[in-house]
Amino acid sequence: MRPQPPPKRPLNMQTIDLTEVGLRETNKTLHAQSADTNQTAWEIVNPRGSHAIACGLDAPIEVTVKGSTGYYCGGMNQQATVNIHGSAGPGTGENIMSGKIVIEGDASQYLGATGHGGLIVVKGNASSRCGISMKGVNIVVQGNIGHMSAFMGQSGNLVVCGDAGDALGDSCYEARFFVRGTVKSLGADCEKKEMRPEHLEILKGLLDEAGFDADPSEFTRYGSARNLYNFDVDNAAAY
Amino acid sequence: MCGIVGLFLKDKSLEPKLGEMLTSMLITMTDRGPDSAGIAIYGGETKGRTKMTVQSDEPDTAFADLDKTLSKALDGDVTMAVKSTHAILEIPAGTTTQARAVINGLNKGIRVMSRGDSLEIYKEVGLPKDVAAQFDISKMSGTHGIGHTRMATESAVTTMGAHPFNTGDDQCLVHNGSLSNHNSLRRKLRREGIHIETENDTEVGAAYLTWQMQNGATLGEALESSLDDLDGFFTFLVGTKDGFGVVRDPIACKPAVMAETDQYVAFGSEYRALVDLPGIENARVWEPEPSTVYFWSHNAAPTSTEKAA
Repeated sequence: MRPQPPPKRPLNMQTIDLTEVGLRETNKTLHAQSADTNQTAWEIVNPRGSHAIACGLDAPIEVTVKGSTGYYCGGMNQQATVNIHGSAGPGTGENIMSGKIVIEGDASQYLGATGHGGLIVVKGNASSRCGISMKGVNIVVQGNIGHMSAFMGQSGNLVVCGDAGDALGDSCYEARFFVRGTVKSLGADCEKKEMRPEHLEILKGLLDEAGFDADPSEFTRYGSARNLYNFDVDNAAAY
Repeated sequence: MCGIVGLFLKDKSLEPKLGEMLTSMLITMTDRGPDSAGIAIYGGETKGRTKMTVQSDEPDTAFADLDKTLSKALDGDVTMAVKSTHAILEIPAGTTTQARAVINGLNKGIRVMSRGDSLEIYKEVGLPKDVAAQFDISKMSGTHGIGHTRMATESAVTTMGAHPFNTGDDQCLVHNGSLSNHNSLRRKLRREGIHIETENDTEVGAAYLTWQMQNGATLGEALESSLDDLDGFFTFLVGTKDGFGVVRDPIACKPAVMAETDQYVAFGSEYRALVDLPGIENARVWEPEPSTVYFWSHNAAPTSTEKAA
């Protein structure tokens, strides 16, 4: 067997031990990076499931968390790339604006909630309420997603290479959902849609960006039936 | 919020460290609820004997000669170990109901926290680190245990409102969430003759399981039917003589993380609670599914009441 090359490590990698430095100081250091910083590669060790790691970043830096994280890692992210070498807790990437979050393990509930932009990649499974109220974020999950995912999703794309749980896309607006496997049930006003060439192109782009080798033609598209957009006078008695 | 933890040991060599491991897990969860804390430990049983954990706000007077009084009334050997506001009574097997009647008859403000052959429950108002230190939990050994740190929502911050709640013999329950139909269910269960002490929602959940099991349901069946009859949010962790079970409501918004290795099965409200467990780096870590009953048991051939899921 040929010897394996050592893993690539940027020469200017800055390492922060979270248990020694503490959360506030760690995030303060990352927030202090400006758009033209030359310290672009950061590594956080000993995360121990802590909350709010690398939240509110706004610089083109790459932060790699070596282990599992708690609530809200990478929340409100702009420009930065956050890699989580473990599993991610609830609300990871909440309200992400731009940039990228890559989770090597599983993601807990409400991943990317209310996200406006950017990309979230999950190499394992994502739990319930994945992409709830998404407003433009793209989420690509290699495994399965849980129930009530993309509830009230307004815009953006949710790509699932595995299966989706109950009530996918309940009360959604114009977000698109691409699922390769089965959907346990569709939520209110969510329906199966035709996959047109432009959708295949969007999907191919997202799968490529996420680095997943999956054939876009195997996916089914779902989206809003738009029946809840307007008031139906026959329902007047219900109010 | 509220934080819950549980640890079920497969590896006997870890048993002397059960209290220490559970205490450390619970302390990590302190910021999920600082109002009160409690731990249930299954420390093993002595043949022909059963245990009661009792509590008093004035232990010096309340527990004075309690062992002698009980020994005389029950006509059998009674031993007592006082730990701060709690006392563990070892009484002859089968005398629990009689002992409870004697204790109530004393009118000394003694409250029964738990009963069972193996189970001991310690709970008080305060932070997990203080409550654990008060009862020297970290020195306790055992086969499995569960713990809770409370952020009170549905009832007052008192010792009796703290978790775990003892349900039947050797059974107890901790809860993260809130039940919304507990008042009507409490009235119903009281009519059925079930003893419910407080206005707490979780105690109603515990009493509901007791009632189901008194009517012939296994723990697994009782947990299954709780999904239909309990309204509200819950992640329940239920301890039995031989193991523990987990169930989450269908919405499953109350967090839960589990880890399993050859040495243990562990439960935490968050992954943070599990990070110091041995071999956690290579453990199978997952979130329990909603509306699904999970159960682990030391007993290879469970009886009907222990068999679940």
